[in-house]
Amino acid sequence: MGGTVRKKRKAVVEEGACVACGCCVKVCPKGAITIWKGVCARVSRERCVGCGKCARECPASVIEIQEEEA
Amino acid sequence: MKKWYDYLWIASLTYLILGFFNILFAWLGLLCFFIPLIISVTRGTKGYCNRYCGRGQLFSLLGGRFGLSRKKDIPGWMKSKWFRYGFLIFFFVMFFQMLWNTWLVFAGARDLRQVVTLLWTFKLPWHWAYHGTLLHPGVAQFAFGFYSVMLTSTVLGLITMVLFKPRSWCVYCPMGTMTQLICKAKAR
Repeated sequence: MGGTVRKKRKAVVEEGACVACGCCVKVCPKGAITIWKGVCARVSRERCVGCGKCARECPASVIEIQEEEA
Repeated sequence: MKKWYDYLWIASLTYLILGFFNILFAWLGLLCFFIPLIISVTRGTKGYCNRYCGRGQLFSLLGGRFGLSRKKDIPGWMKSKWFRYGFLIFFFVMFFQMLWNTWLVFAGARDLRQVVTLLWTFKLPWHWAYHGTLLHPGVAQFAFGFYSVMLTSTVLGLITMVLFKPRSWCVYCPMGTMTQLICKAKAR
């Protein structure tokens, strides 16, 4: 019984490579992404549901969906 | 819910079309240079890229809705800092060369050349879009030069849109790189 650890999926931005274009912000259905001071995209861990739309949209492909222990 | 600024792709498209009819409209393109800079300097954001960039929207539309993009990852070197900054410098150098050519016409050292230079190399005849001006021919020379810059970057953007993701242009867009640098400096 049990033993399975529920994993949550979250979008993670490689901030150093982000160009801050804002494409991810536009497609996020949860409004979980903001462009921090024109420097890079930041994802709200509370709001992100890990749908992966941002990762697919990102023209630089610097967003990854990672699984983490809930 | 769409906002008014989600339709700025119409302005970008109109701009490109107008250049085929009267080259003097090319001057309007300066808005795409000054607005992003003003926003980044005064507000410290990339609000232009994030909201108002009509060109980005156009690529989004053509590559996304119209399906004209392979939607593949952009190669690593294209998103590397040296390429982005290198392209910005190259763009700057070519821009100043264009300004220099404009100056030569203003100074009377050279005649007006009614050509649009594509990809900094190919000189396309464009005389049909010039019907004379009451102003100095240098005004027209700048328009030809500036339209060359805009058309060249659109063509590059379209190529990378098809090959990679719709808004691949945003990765190496000189204005985007420059405004991000300004924001980085301000965010310290």
